[in-house]
Amino acid sequence: MSNTKDMDVKKEESMVLQKNMLANLFSELSNAKESGKKVVYTFVPGNLSELIHAFDMLPVYPEINALQSGMRKKSRDFIREAEKVGHSEDVCTYVKCDVGMMMKGNIGPTGEKLPEPDLLLLSYTGCFTFMKWFENLERLYPGVPVAMLHTPYQEAGKITPEMTEYMVKQFKTEIIPKMEKVSGKKLDDDKLKQILNNSLQAEDLIQKIFESTRNVPTPIDAYFAGVYYIGPINAGFRGTSEAINYYQTLYDEVMDRVDKGLGPVTPIGEMEEERFRLVVEGPPNWTSFREFWSLFYEKGAVTVASTYTKVGGVYDYGFRHDPEHPFETLSEYCMNCYTNLNLPQRVDLIRKCITEYQADGFLTNSIKSCNSFSAGQLLMMRNLEDELGVPVGFIESDLVDPRYFSYSNIKNRLDSFFQMLDQRKMILA
Amino acid sequence: MKKYYLGIDLGSTTSKAVIINEKDEIIGRGITNTRANYEVAADIARLEAIYNARFSLLKERLADDDSFSTEHERYISDIENVFQFLQFKNRLDKLRIQLIQTAEETIHAEDKEAIKKIIHSIFDKIEPEIRNAYMKGDLGAKSEFFRDIIGERYHDGVAESEKKYFEELMVLFDKSITPVENEMVEFDFKNLVHQAMEILDSKYSELTKQQEDKSYHFDAELNLLMGNRKDISNSLQTHIDYIAVLDIHIANMTGTGYGRALLPFPEESIKSEILCHAFGAHAIFPNTRTVLDIGGQDTKAIQADKYGLVTSFHMNDRCAAGCGRYLGYIADELNISLNELGPLAMDSTKEVNICSTCTVFAGAEIRELINVGEKREDILAGLHKAIVMRAMSLIARSGGVRNEFTFTGGVARNQAVLKYVTALVKQNYGDEIIINIHVDSIFMGALGAAMFSRRGVDVDLPDQKKNRKELNVLAK
Repeated sequence: MSNTKDMDVKKEESMVLQKNMLANLFSELSNAKESGKKVVYTFVPGNLSELIHAFDMLPVYPEINALQSGMRKKSRDFIREAEKVGHSEDVCTYVKCDVGMMMKGNIGPTGEKLPEPDLLLLSYTGCFTFMKWFENLERLYPGVPVAMLHTPYQEAGKITPEMTEYMVKQFKTEIIPKMEKVSGKKLDDDKLKQILNNSLQAEDLIQKIFESTRNVPTPIDAYFAGVYYIGPINAGFRGTSEAINYYQTLYDEVMDRVDKGLGPVTPIGEMEEERFRLVVEGPPNWTSFREFWSLFYEKGAVTVASTYTKVGGVYDYGFRHDPEHPFETLSEYCMNCYTNLNLPQRVDLIRKCITEYQADGFLTNSIKSCNSFSAGQLLMMRNLEDELGVPVGFIESDLVDPRYFSYSNIKNRLDSFFQMLDQRKMILA
Repeated sequence: MKKYYLGIDLGSTTSKAVIINEKDEIIGRGITNTRANYEVAADIARLEAIYNARFSLLKERLADDDSFSTEHERYISDIENVFQFLQFKNRLDKLRIQLIQTAEETIHAEDKEAIKKIIHSIFDKIEPEIRNAYMKGDLGAKSEFFRDIIGERYHDGVAESEKKYFEELMVLFDKSITPVENEMVEFDFKNLVHQAMEILDSKYSELTKQQEDKSYHFDAELNLLMGNRKDISNSLQTHIDYIAVLDIHIANMTGTGYGRALLPFPEESIKSEILCHAFGAHAIFPNTRTVLDIGGQDTKAIQADKYGLVTSFHMNDRCAAGCGRYLGYIADELNISLNELGPLAMDSTKEVNICSTCTVFAGAEIRELINVGEKREDILAGLHKAIVMRAMSLIARSGGVRNEFTFTGGVARNQAVLKYVTALVKQNYGDEIIINIHVDSIFMGALGAAMFSRRGVDVDLPDQKKNRKELNVLAK
């Protein structure tokens, strides 16, 4: 049964914009040597896009390259390469995919060769693997400078003034001097202020886009389409006018759908009947992304909020970059990324999404590779089940290792989960 | 016309069918081994459930008729036993013909006659043995399915016959059993019941003779039957004839289980076994909050609310250790039948610690333990405990045991598993946890499916006032 209307999926303007933006970035990266632009390798959670732009540098995100390799069915071979040189089966598959890609010539997702790093900028230390990953990169690119920003975990569920002070100090004594040295430029305070102002506008827009799921039917899928929506803001465009333009265009499109009472767009067309509204925790599987998605839309299941789209930064509680306090705001941004929240904070955030967006169920996709996400998920699920009486589901897969995506196992569990929601609706109606 | 509802649970090891009435009461059960042809397995289970339902309705009818006393239930049960034997015999005759035919086609001319003779002699011996077992309502604890019953006896027969034809005889069996097992046979209920009654006549005359020599002890129930058996069978005719042609109208049906997608049912009539087990368990034990279902291929820990609606579940993933198949594998390794495992393990005086969490590795571990002189029953006790430990960790992942706890699925019939589940649930979650195990635990998924059928159109809450005649284990 399909709840979608067969039609040619026309490319929305925002989709075209995004595609061009990313193509330009990769083209700039492949010309970096010629243009003389310095290249920074960095991570998505708590990424410092604004600083990278302030120094006119270009970002490379190994995680995004890995997920792109996963979607393009290249990750299996890259992972095998990394395992051949001793990375065990239990190592994060993003790392192995990235290491394998470098060993195979560092050809990026668009087929263009990626430049070597001029700086390794580790802006989030909540994931221990990130540190080990960069230690490996440091060996692969001997002599490359490393700037490490230690991000305190929100152990007590809040950011204290001392935590911010600690981070601001690191910006001033470690991050900025290293970036100045590599780029050969002094930090321009006015320029950074302008960039932060751009960030703020894009952040306002993306939050409004994700809040559009309050509508019934929801005009967007906040997980499967959401991962595309977070592309520009997390992959190096936050702080640019292009990002504002992209999110404004997307917002207009979404509002147009709301006005017309339309449901979300799926790979096979528009979803006609919204049967189940879900909140999803955890990253998606990338190697079978389309198949994975189809297991949802074929049953009329749509995601009204997902924690994965908050992995770069959390805007739900009103955080926006503040141009007036650049280092404080960058510190707060880093400490506020989703996996840096403690478990009760994560539960609070999910609870807010479940109630505000009127979800019928809560689903966890637990990722074998990712401890940052997966640790504590069962506890969180149990808390939500007990507190809200919301039906919960649990599936397991992996980021980019195709060996850990079992279609029939996942289908079996998802079908049972959807029937659970159906039964509840039927009997409690 | 009364309406009935059918639930089919197509499991990886057994296929079950349950028919319920409009009050969610089970009136018919059918079970068979799952085989390559799923549709045949489902159909056999369904027909068996319908025959069984006719007998239930017959008993119901007799209960309303004042001229019949409860002692006559014995007679009806006897008829049902012989009825089952007649179905068995039908397949047995077909298997004999199939074996002879396969021998005719595949065996060298010089050996053909000798082999055919052996086949006939084996079947001549088996048939009365099985007939007696059915008549006494006793087929042993080993197995209840055609393939298993006949397979074991045929194997014994071959072992006793001339060694030089061993290979040929075993190959013939393997080639012949599948087509016979997969053939669908539908019986005329009335005709078969009449035949059963005739056979019973001879059984009772036999008993009368034995009674005359005084050495045979009778129970009171049979004594009573002895006197007026002929009268009963005559007056029963009208009731039997009525029931035999009664249209058991199946208003709706639902399929569940591992093979549910293969059932020729519309999508809305296919339900996840997770929901069915919880719904079934909750119907029988309305205070159920946690359900453990250990099936052939997977183990499920299910949490349900006060309406029997599932709120969360966890299933084993990527590994079959801890499921029914694990026990099947172990039984093969030890060359004993699945149903003997539990009783053997209960004889243990100390449990051997089994380290392997993998089914295949556990097989190697068993051989090692046997080599170092550990007793079979102690190894089995350790294995049963290991399975339950796996289930306990799954329960923990799903949120733990909430009072009351109901254990369902085929493996719940294994006493040793039951022993460890009870002990470990009490140990981990407290003595006050009430543990429910129903005699029909294996039918719980099919019952839930049948209940979904009944609710297909008219939605209502599960009946809260159920008979609790069943075993309610309050182990201390």
